[in-house]
Amino acid sequence: MTLPPRADWMGLLARAKPDRLAQLFPDLPPHDLLRPAEIGAVMVQGRTGAVGQPFNLGEMTVTRCVLRLACGTVGHAHVQGRDKAHATRAAVLDALLQTDKALAVAASILAPLQSEEAARRAARAAKAAATRVEFFTLVRGEDQ
Amino acid sequence: MYVAVKGGEQAIDAAHAWLAEERRGDPSIAELTVPQIRAQLALAVNRVMAEGSLYDPDLAALAIKQARGDLIEAVFLIRAYRTTLPRLGSSRPIDTGRMAVIRRVSATFKDLPGGQVLGPTFDYTHRLLDFTLMAEGETPPAQTRPAVQPAGQGPVDVPHVTAFLNRDGLIQTEAASDTPPPDLTREPMELPAARPLRLQALTRGDEGFVLSLAYSTQRGYGRTHAFIGELRIGSVAVELEIPELGFAVEIGDIELTECETVNQFTGSKTEPPQFTRGYGLVFGQSERKAISMSLVDRALRWKELGEDFVGAPAQDEEFVLMHADNVQATGFLEHIKLPHYVDFQSELELIRRLRAEATAAQEAAE
Repeated sequence: MTLPPRADWMGLLARAKPDRLAQLFPDLPPHDLLRPAEIGAVMVQGRTGAVGQPFNLGEMTVTRCVLRLACGTVGHAHVQGRDKAHATRAAVLDALLQTDKALAVAASILAPLQSEEAARRAARAAKAAATRVEFFTLVRGEDQ
Repeated sequence: MYVAVKGGEQAIDAAHAWLAEERRGDPSIAELTVPQIRAQLALAVNRVMAEGSLYDPDLAALAIKQARGDLIEAVFLIRAYRTTLPRLGSSRPIDTGRMAVIRRVSATFKDLPGGQVLGPTFDYTHRLLDFTLMAEGETPPAQTRPAVQPAGQGPVDVPHVTAFLNRDGLIQTEAASDTPPPDLTREPMELPAARPLRLQALTRGDEGFVLSLAYSTQRGYGRTHAFIGELRIGSVAVELEIPELGFAVEIGDIELTECETVNQFTGSKTEPPQFTRGYGLVFGQSERKAISMSLVDRALRWKELGEDFVGAPAQDEEFVLMHADNVQATGFLEHIKLPHYVDFQSELELIRRLRAEATAAQEAAE
C-alpha cells in the first residue's frame, strides 16, 4: 500500500468508528499531550442555493487532540463526536504515519478502515439503487 | 412593595424525584436505551439535532430520553449543552453536489441524470397501522441492486437539477461568495436580515411553525408557485481548515436533507421573467422541514426580486424570524406559569381602585 496524502488519512481516521479503531490499534505508544483531547463544536456552513453565499447551518460536536511521540513527531486529530480516546488514538496514528513506520501502519490500520468504509458506502448505495425509479412510457391512444 | 419569598424547595425535590420515576415508567417493562432511541427513533433524533442546532445523534437521543419524548424540551436541553462547548472553528461550506445520496427526487424533471431514487420514504405507503410492528416480527432486509454510475462521474458526484436550468439562463443565478456569514448564535439578530441569516434562523426554526408558514404561501398568502426542483437526502463530508497544518481535513460525515424549489416568476421592474429559487438545508433526514424552509425562503425574497409586499405573514421577515425559534417561544410562553404574585397583586389593586372610582362616579351621577 502506498501512503495517501496526509489530509486523506486524517479524514479516514476521523470517520472511523471509535470501537473499530480501538480494536485495530489497542495500545498507544508513549507520547506527550501538547493539547489534551478537548471536546468542542465546529460551525458547519452551507451555501444559499447550494452554490451561493455561505450561511451557518448549525454546529457539530468535534474532539481535537495534538500530541508528540517520543521521537518528536507531532500528530493532530479533529474527529466528529465526543470520544476523547478516538481523538487521542487518531493523533497518535497521524504522528506514526509521518515516521518510518508509516507503511506498516498504513497496511495494518488504514487499509482495513478504507475497505470497510468502502463496503459500508457500497451497501448503502446498493439499497438506494434498488429504489431507483425506472419510468416506462405507456402507448398513447393516438399512436396506435 | 417587593416582598421576597422563599420556600418550596422540598416540594421541588419531590416533584423532580417523581418526574424521574414517571420517566422510567412501569419498571416491569424493559428500560429504553439511548442507542435504541438513536437507531429506532432516528427521525425524532434528526429533528432535535436540526432545531437544537447541534449535530450529535447520541446527545439528541439522550435528550429525547431525558425529556420523556417531549421534543421541544429535548431541543432546549441540546441548546443549553451547546452553549458549554468552545467553538473550535467553522467548516468550509459543504458541497452538497458531492452528497452520497440515499434519496433524490425531482418533481420537475422525470429523467434527471442519476435518476430518481426514492430511498427509505413514507411516500406511497398506505398509512395503515402495521400491527406486525406490535408483534415484534422480523424485519425483512432491504433490497439491493448494483449501483450504476453514469459514465464519467465519480461515485458521489450528483449534479443539481437547477444547474441544468442555469445552463439555459432560465433560472436566477446564485452569486458565489466567500463572505463570512453572520451568526445569530454570536450576534443578536438584526433586521433587515440578509439571506444567510434568514436561512440560519429557518433551519433551526420550529418545524411546525415553518411548515404552517410554507402552507400559507401555497394557500395564497404570498403565493410563490413552487415546484420541487430537487429534494435530496444523504451524507456529506465536513471539512475544517486546520490553521496549524495549513490545509483542510475531513472531520466527519453528516446526514442532510436539501430542497431546491423552482418558482414561477413573471418578472418585475428589476428582474426579467425567469424561474427563481428557494432553498432548504436541514440536519438529518428532515424532508418536510427542508421543503417548508425553501418555500419560506422564497417568500422572504420578495424585496430583492422586486415583488410587491402583499402583507402575507410569510413575507414579513420580522414576523417569521422573531417567532420561528421554539426555545425562545416556549421560554416566553411558559414563564407565565411561574410565580407572578407581585405583578398580579398590583393588577388586583389597580382593578379594585378603578372599580371603586367607577362606582363612586356612578353614585355621584345618580
